[in-house]
Amino acid sequence: MKKTVITVVGKDTVGIIAKVCTYLANNKINILDISQTIVQEYFNMMMIVDMNGSIKPFAQISSELGQIGEEIGVKILCQHEDIFDRMHRL
Amino acid sequence: MINIFEVSETNKMIQQENLDVRTITLGISLLDCCDADLKACNEKIYRKITETAKDLVKVGKEIEMEYGIPIVNKRISVTPISLIGSAACKSPEDYVTIARTLDEAARAVGVNFIGGYSALVSKGMTKQDEYLIRSIPEALAGTEYVCSSVNVGSTKCGINMDAVKLLGEIVKETAERTKERDSLGCAKLVVFCNAPDDNPFMAGAFHGVTEADAVINVGVSGPGVVKEALSHIRGENFEVLCETVKKTAFQITRVGQLVAREASRRLNIPFGIIDLSLAPTPAVGDSVADILTEIGLEYAGAPGTTAALALLNDQVKKGGVMASSYVGGLSGAFIPVSEDQGMIDAVTAGALTLEKLEAMTCVCSVGLDMIAIPGSTAASTISGIIADEMAIGMVNQKTTAVRIIPVMGKEVGEMVEFGGLLGHAPVMAVNPFSCQAFIDRGGRIPAPIHSFKN
Repeated sequence: MKKTVITVVGKDTVGIIAKVCTYLANNKINILDISQTIVQEYFNMMMIVDMNGSIKPFAQISSELGQIGEEIGVKILCQHEDIFDRMHRL
Repeated sequence: MINIFEVSETNKMIQQENLDVRTITLGISLLDCCDADLKACNEKIYRKITETAKDLVKVGKEIEMEYGIPIVNKRISVTPISLIGSAACKSPEDYVTIARTLDEAARAVGVNFIGGYSALVSKGMTKQDEYLIRSIPEALAGTEYVCSSVNVGSTKCGINMDAVKLLGEIVKETAERTKERDSLGCAKLVVFCNAPDDNPFMAGAFHGVTEADAVINVGVSGPGVVKEALSHIRGENFEVLCETVKKTAFQITRVGQLVAREASRRLNIPFGIIDLSLAPTPAVGDSVADILTEIGLEYAGAPGTTAALALLNDQVKKGGVMASSYVGGLSGAFIPVSEDQGMIDAVTAGALTLEKLEAMTCVCSVGLDMIAIPGSTAASTISGIIADEMAIGMVNQKTTAVRIIPVMGKEVGEMVEFGGLLGHAPVMAVNPFSCQAFIDRGGRIPAPIHSFKN
């Protein structure tokens, strides 16, 4: 199973997680793990998701999430987990 | 499982510290394109390149998108053209037709450079090698994407001084032919000693004859990441300094390895090597010179620079080697002047001279790179500069190179604008004393002795 990391960074506001999670649920993407912190009023969230059941291809999910991010004033990135795994794990 | 801090660290490297994969370079053998008929040879070359590389740019973009890491350049290197055209080309003009074919093929597949308009003449030149070398000014003036290189020396063979003399003239002629663009043609011409067969970086990339039919080579980068890591350990001793560089180089290279493996899998072309070079760009914060200042020098070029660069270069290799299954190419820190804002600042401040740059090239890859000198510099002086650099490579068993730009109509201190990744540079002073009689001797310098090392 290829996992994907979704990161959300930006100014904290009401409903960020709700919006992202709703979008993921609508597209049949399963969330495996969520963690978040707030550093100096900046909202920082990371989700690890399983896209195997997704009804849309990766590129589309990535660009639509990017658009949702723009609407609510945060930056949303969608990346394969490998890049983090390779950099931080032997 | 990966945690939020590790994810933010990686993304901070990419977004704020200019971490990127500098190039995916597809090496393509053109040996099967040789033909006694020039037209047929050109057609075969065009077909081979456009078929082999048709998905290169698309796959590069896919990987960028899926992993969120920029892949700045997608490029092609080919077998040295002096060999491929040797049956068909009867004059320098014949070779120029192949340069145009390479240019068209590069445009068709959407890459931003194609390297391999090259000749390997470390011991002697065939008539065809000489035709190719003599065609370089016309080839570079008349094409957009073609890069050229000539290997004129090696540790095993010595230095071909006839070729060195000829290339001094060719560099000047190339500058003259592209004078309305600040002699830009010379930015695409590299003279090598000990040129590697698998270098993914331009302008010196070519696909050596020892290589397979097609191969993926990847150049990583990230001077900004190293500098940022070092900014957290100011004042610490050399052990801490070296460990930090090593760890950072490891992280950067692991990303390169991932990208190389993915590109290789998706294109169904074998993975060749990762080039561990720290390659700067003119962007602020993407500078090797800034690492040297972070290590503790006021400017690159200050006393201590050669030692600082030596340790940086060595630690980058030590960290990178473990992160990749195959390492090759040039692998070290690049010190181009025009492509590195910190180097440009150092030259402007008077801290960095041509002679100090020469000393620096003794301990790092590659050589005198992207240095603008007055257009009035004599061809023999340029040959002398090349000969010095080749001697460093030959004796120290390392790759060295010269990519020098005599900017027509400009004098010391004036600024030159090359644009894009090639950057801008102040014209640097050259030692005014002559080496004409030395260069005029002709012949070759014998290979150095490989024992009694001192």
